Amino acid sequence: MECYHFTEFPWPHLPPEDQYTSMRVNLPSRVYDPRIGADLYNMYLDQHMVADELGLHCMVNEHHQTATCLNPAAPLSLAILARQTKKARLCILGNPAANLLDPIRCAEEMAMIDNISYGRLECGFVRGVPYELFASNANPTETSERLWESVELIIKAWTSHDGPFNYEGKWLHKRQVNVWPRPYQQPYPRVWMTGGSDLDHATRAVQAGFTFAMFLTPADKLAEMFNGVRDNCRKARLPAPADDQFAFMPLVFTGETEEEARKGIEQVFWYVTHNKAEAQFRAPPGYVQTHLYANFLTGKFSGGRTDAIRRQGMEYFRDNHVAIYGTPDQVYEQIASLYRRSGGFGHFIAMQHSGSMDFRTTVKSMTLFAKEVMPRLKDLGTKSDGFGPLAERAKGKKVAAGAKARPAAQAAE
Amino acid sequence: MVALQEAKIEVERRGRGKPLLLLQGEDAYEATLPLLDTLAKRYEVIMPWPPGFGRSTLPESVRNIDDVSYIYLDLLDKYDLKNVTVLGFSLGGWIAAEMATKSCTRLSRLVLVDALGVKFGGKFDRDIEDIYFHGFDKVKALKFSDPARDPRVLTELSDTEALSVARHREVTAKLCWQPYFHNPSLKYRLGRIDVPTLVIWGANDGFVKPAYGRAYARRIRGARFNTIPKAGHLPHVEQPEAFLRALQGFLR
Repeated sequence: MECYHFTEFPWPHLPPEDQYTSMRVNLPSRVYDPRIGADLYNMYLDQHMVADELGLHCMVNEHHQTATCLNPAAPLSLAILARQTKKARLCILGNPAANLLDPIRCAEEMAMIDNISYGRLECGFVRGVPYELFASNANPTETSERLWESVELIIKAWTSHDGPFNYEGKWLHKRQVNVWPRPYQQPYPRVWMTGGSDLDHATRAVQAGFTFAMFLTPADKLAEMFNGVRDNCRKARLPAPADDQFAFMPLVFTGETEEEARKGIEQVFWYVTHNKAEAQFRAPPGYVQTHLYANFLTGKFSGGRTDAIRRQGMEYFRDNHVAIYGTPDQVYEQIASLYRRSGGFGHFIAMQHSGSMDFRTTVKSMTLFAKEVMPRLKDLGTKSDGFGPLAERAKGKKVAAGAKARPAAQAAE
Repeated sequence: MVALQEAKIEVERRGRGKPLLLLQGEDAYEATLPLLDTLAKRYEVIMPWPPGFGRSTLPESVRNIDDVSYIYLDLLDKYDLKNVTVLGFSLGGWIAAEMATKSCTRLSRLVLVDALGVKFGGKFDRDIEDIYFHGFDKVKALKFSDPARDPRVLTELSDTEALSVARHREVTAKLCWQPYFHNPSLKYRLGRIDVPTLVIWGANDGFVKPAYGRAYARRIRGARFNTIPKAGHLPHVEQPEAFLRALQGFLR
C-alpha cells in the first residue's frame, strides 16, 4: 500500500455563513487576504516537505473560484514539489482534462515535472466537479467525452518520438503535435482517473491501465465500484487488475489517544461541513444523468456527495471508513477493515488537513501515521506486473481465471 | 416522424390554410398552448420538435443551432411548402433567423418573439442573462413579468414530465452553452433576410431585454418592432390576447 498526504489548500477565514450564498463559483475574492494567504501557501507546501521526509507521498488537486481550494493551478504546486522533495511520488489528481483548452500544454507540463522529479509523477486526469464548469465555461453535456479525447491526445503526444503527428478530434484540433520533453518514465507516467458512481467509466479507466481513485465514498459503495470493475474485467476476459489500480481517499487523523484523534478529525471535517453552494452550481444540465437531473428539477435530489454524507453523523463516517481516525492501532485496523470490505486497493490518500488546522497539529498526526501505521500497511495490496491497457498486458499471458491472489489481504485479516 | 439528414424529426401538423411553421422555444411551452388551436383555424400549423426534443432524435451530426436550421430548411423542401410564415419563439426565433438568413425562397413572412441568437454588445456586456448561473426562482423572475403566470411548476411535474423537461434543458445546454445562446456570424447575416419581419418582445423580459430586441429589428430591413406590456420572455404565455392582436395585425 502506497500512502499519500493531502490537503486541499483551503482558505478558512470565511465570513459568517449567512453572509454568503456559496463558497464556490461566486464568492468574491475580497474575502481572500494575500497577507495571510501567502503564509498559507507556504505552510501547505511545507506539509508536503514533511510528508516527503516521513516517507509519505504527496497528492495535490485543483479547483477554481473557490475558498475550499487555493490551488487553481495544481501543476505549479507540483512543480515546486518536484524540485523540493526527494523521494515522494508526486500525484496530481488531477489535471482537469475535460475543461482544458489546450491539453498539449498539460502534456508538456507533466513531462517537465516528471523529468525534474526524476520520474516521480503519478499523473491524474479528472472530469472536474460541476462547479468547475462555471469557471471553465466547458459544456456540461460533453465533459465525459472530452476527458477521454484529451487523455488520448496527451498519451499519444507522450509516446510519439518520431516527429509531428496530426490530430483532428471532436473538440481538439492539432496538426503538428511534437511534444518536448518526452516524459522521464517510459513509456509514460502512470495515469490516474477519478470517478463517482459511473461503473462504465471506472471500468474503462482500469481497462486502459489507469489507476481508478475514489474520494470520501462509504465502504459499501466503494466495494460495489471496485468489485464491479473487477467483475467487468473478468467478463471481458482480461487479466485481473491488481490492487494498485485502485485508490481511495478518506479523511484521516492519527492521535496518541482516541480523544486527541476525535478532536483532530473534527478539524479535518471542516471540508465536509464547509461546503455551502447554491444548488444550481451542483447540477448544470447534462452533467449528471438525465433522470438525476429530472429529480433535481423537481427538488427530489439535492445533489452532491458531501451534501449527502454531511447529513450523517460522525459515527456513520467512521463506521463506513469515510473518516478514519483514532490511535495508530485503531487507524490501522480501520484501513485493514476497509481494505477487506472494499475488495482491495493499493493507494491510500490521507486527507490529513483541512480548514484552519495548524501546522503543528497536522504534522503530529502525519508523523504518527507515517511512523506507527504506514509500516504495517507496507505489504498490503497486490502490485501490477505490467503496464498499459489490460488487453495488451493479456497478450501472451493466461487470461484471468477469476479469483485473484491476495496473500497480503489474508495477512491483514 | 420525418427523416431529415441524420435526424428523425417529430412534426405536428394541424389545421388548413397557408403554411405557418411554428418553432418552439427552449422551454417548449407552445405545444400545449391554446395559441396553437387558434392559429390552426386560419393556417396549416407545422410544428417540428427540435432534435433531442419530444421524440426527435439528436444525432452526433447536430452540434449547434446552425445545424438545426438546415434540418428545418430541409423540412420545408421535403413538404414542398411555399409562402411559409415562420413564427419562432426564443430559441425557435434564433432558428427562424438562421433559416431566413440562409434562404427566404420558401418564406413569406417572419415573426421573431423574444428571439435569441445574436450578440450586439461588447466583450464585457452580458447581452443574454446567464440562466445556468441563477437558481430556478431567479430564472423564473427573469423570464416572467409575473412569475405566478408561469404555467410550469417544477415541483409539481410528474416523473415523465420532469424527464422531458430535463432532456430539453440538456439538449439546449449542449447546443447553446458556448457561444452562449448566439452565433457570432448571425448578426452580419441578418441583412440577408428579405421577407416582411415582425419582432415581438415582452416589455419586461429580463432574460433578453427589449433593447436587444430593438437592435435585432434594426438589423433586419424594414422589420417592425412591437412590445407587449406586462409580459416577460414569453409574451404569448403571459398576455396571449395582446400577443395574438400584434401577430394578427402583422399577418393580415
